[in-house]
Amino acid sequence: MTYKPRFMTSRRSVLKGTGAAFIGLTFMPYKSMAEEEKKLNFYNWDTYIGETTLADFNSATGIEVKMDLYADNAELFAKLKEGNPGYDVIVPTNDYVERMIAAGMLEELDHSKIPNMANIADAFKDAAFDPGRKHSLPYMWGTLGHGYRKSKVENAGSWKASLEGEAHSGRIALLGDGESVIGIALKYLGHSFNSVDPAHMKAAEELLIAGKKHIKTFADDNGQDLLASGEVDLTMEWNGDIIQVMAEDEDLSYVVPAEGSLLWQDCVCIPKGAPHPQNAHAFLNYILDADAGAHIADTIQYATANAAAKAKMSEEYTGNPGIFPTDEVIAKCEPSLYSEEKTKLRSESWTRIQAA
Amino acid sequence: MESWKENRIVFWVTALPGVFWLAVFFLIPLGLIWAMSFGEKTSILDVEITGTLANYVRAFEAVYLKIIWKSIWISALSCALCLAIAYPIAFGICFSPPNWRPLLLLLIILPFWINLLIRTYALIAVFRTRGTLNFFLEWLWNLAFMDKLIGPYQPLELLYNNGAVIVGMVYVFMPFMVLPLYATIERLDRSYLEASLDLGASQWTTFWKVTVPLTMPGIVSGIILVFIPMLGMFLVPDLLGGTNAIMIGNVITDQFKAANDWPFGAALSFLLMYVTFLALALRAFIGSRSRGRVGV
Repeated sequence: MTYKPRFMTSRRSVLKGTGAAFIGLTFMPYKSMAEEEKKLNFYNWDTYIGETTLADFNSATGIEVKMDLYADNAELFAKLKEGNPGYDVIVPTNDYVERMIAAGMLEELDHSKIPNMANIADAFKDAAFDPGRKHSLPYMWGTLGHGYRKSKVENAGSWKASLEGEAHSGRIALLGDGESVIGIALKYLGHSFNSVDPAHMKAAEELLIAGKKHIKTFADDNGQDLLASGEVDLTMEWNGDIIQVMAEDEDLSYVVPAEGSLLWQDCVCIPKGAPHPQNAHAFLNYILDADAGAHIADTIQYATANAAAKAKMSEEYTGNPGIFPTDEVIAKCEPSLYSEEKTKLRSESWTRIQAA
Repeated sequence: MESWKENRIVFWVTALPGVFWLAVFFLIPLGLIWAMSFGEKTSILDVEITGTLANYVRAFEAVYLKIIWKSIWISALSCALCLAIAYPIAFGICFSPPNWRPLLLLLIILPFWINLLIRTYALIAVFRTRGTLNFFLEWLWNLAFMDKLIGPYQPLELLYNNGAVIVGMVYVFMPFMVLPLYATIERLDRSYLEASLDLGASQWTTFWKVTVPLTMPGIVSGIILVFIPMLGMFLVPDLLGGTNAIMIGNVITDQFKAANDWPFGAALSFLLMYVTFLALALRAFIGSRSRGRVGV
């Protein structure tokens, strides 16, 4: 994904920010620092870190970051399930944070090594899925919504446009992530995103099967490319992905439909068995710094949970309803909750929907 | 060749790396997955091997049978197309001047140097609504003044349907078909063909009665090399397929990823293994029959 920077963090402000990181480091026992090699293995989503963040972190601390990428939470989970292959920092979404805590896969954080936690916005200082923020710190948050071509689609304000898409038959893409698509169908039908009620599930499945003939494809996290290349006019996608392509095409837009949507939060965590836990704490502290956080938010155009970073951002970013939805919109959204039963039922239902 | 019994040390020294490889990277992982297919999930991370057949029973539910059937016919059709295209290519290479052959073979192998994922994405760029092929067709359309006569060019919807999946599969697996065919056709004794033609058989009859039976081992190897991986394919249907492109490979991937149900995924994988064994038995059967008939 190409992206046009609108604001560059100045060299000096980065140095100022890294000063804060150094203060963080001095809290660590000297010996443990000396023992750890200057390396960090970061497992992250694609296009989900500031353009120069890793290099800046390296020049500030001397720690060399190696970043691997994954495309979805399931891939991350499957990779770590049989033991950590050597990652120090990972970025799971809230329901997977919950699942990984339940499975004992996350290291407990030492808050004393992360003084920049003070920068976190009040709403994110605690979380229902991780009481006391023992295992996870908020990174970015956002919604699922409609990315659409303004000149072609007028009714994007309701999920009806994509779930019962007669009006745009063959010009629609849904997500390839069954759990979310079924959750949205439930939302559209007026139920909870997390419902496992058999009657609700059945209605959602029937709705999706009936609407399938109008759908072009279930896009695996590339709905924004399909939209930008003109393959579809309407797509169900994550807000940041659409906002990235909106910067290149005036005719594209993003909206959270009126029935409400999924509210997600990606968190930075340290998986059990991380080879460089000290460096990982230093990295977590670094990305929560005001300037470093602002640079990340400016690159990836997702809503940051870092209040100090948000304060440094332009009005264009903070005032963008696609990034920061209004309170009424947020009130209608729900987070996805973890449950093994839900995962199983949704997976089976999704197989049936695709085979129908 | 001396019998291995006369030189046991040499035999074991040379065989050891192979045996080690086979055990560590093939038999042990495969055995683990096989055992898991008789297991049950007891928590998020743990699987207990209980000897249950529930996973296999579940694999015979209608929805999975339907998907398996779809995988079989898509693979069979793609495999047949692969054969129909690869046979003339292999023949052409064998009958080309000897100094051209390495170059032609290189052209067949060349796509292997590029990652499968990237090759598949390249196909998307070619076939999408505003892709290379549609632009080319539009250019032809306008060249023929069709835009003045009939109206503006309507781009063809080439992606996100079963046709796109089949084209993608044929494209990806073509080299696996060409190479075994080339190997057998090259060894074909051309005096048989000459004898057949001399004795009055037409080109058509010679091809079907002499060439095809003689190259049958290559055809069968090619089919097995192509058909079996096609059955388990998940990347191509994922990227090129539409809303009902799901194949059994996608279901298996889903069990190991989103659904986190490894025992069921293992059972589905082993069902495919059993199909593979059946195909291999069939190959042995056909192999012995064609040898008997032609007398090679």
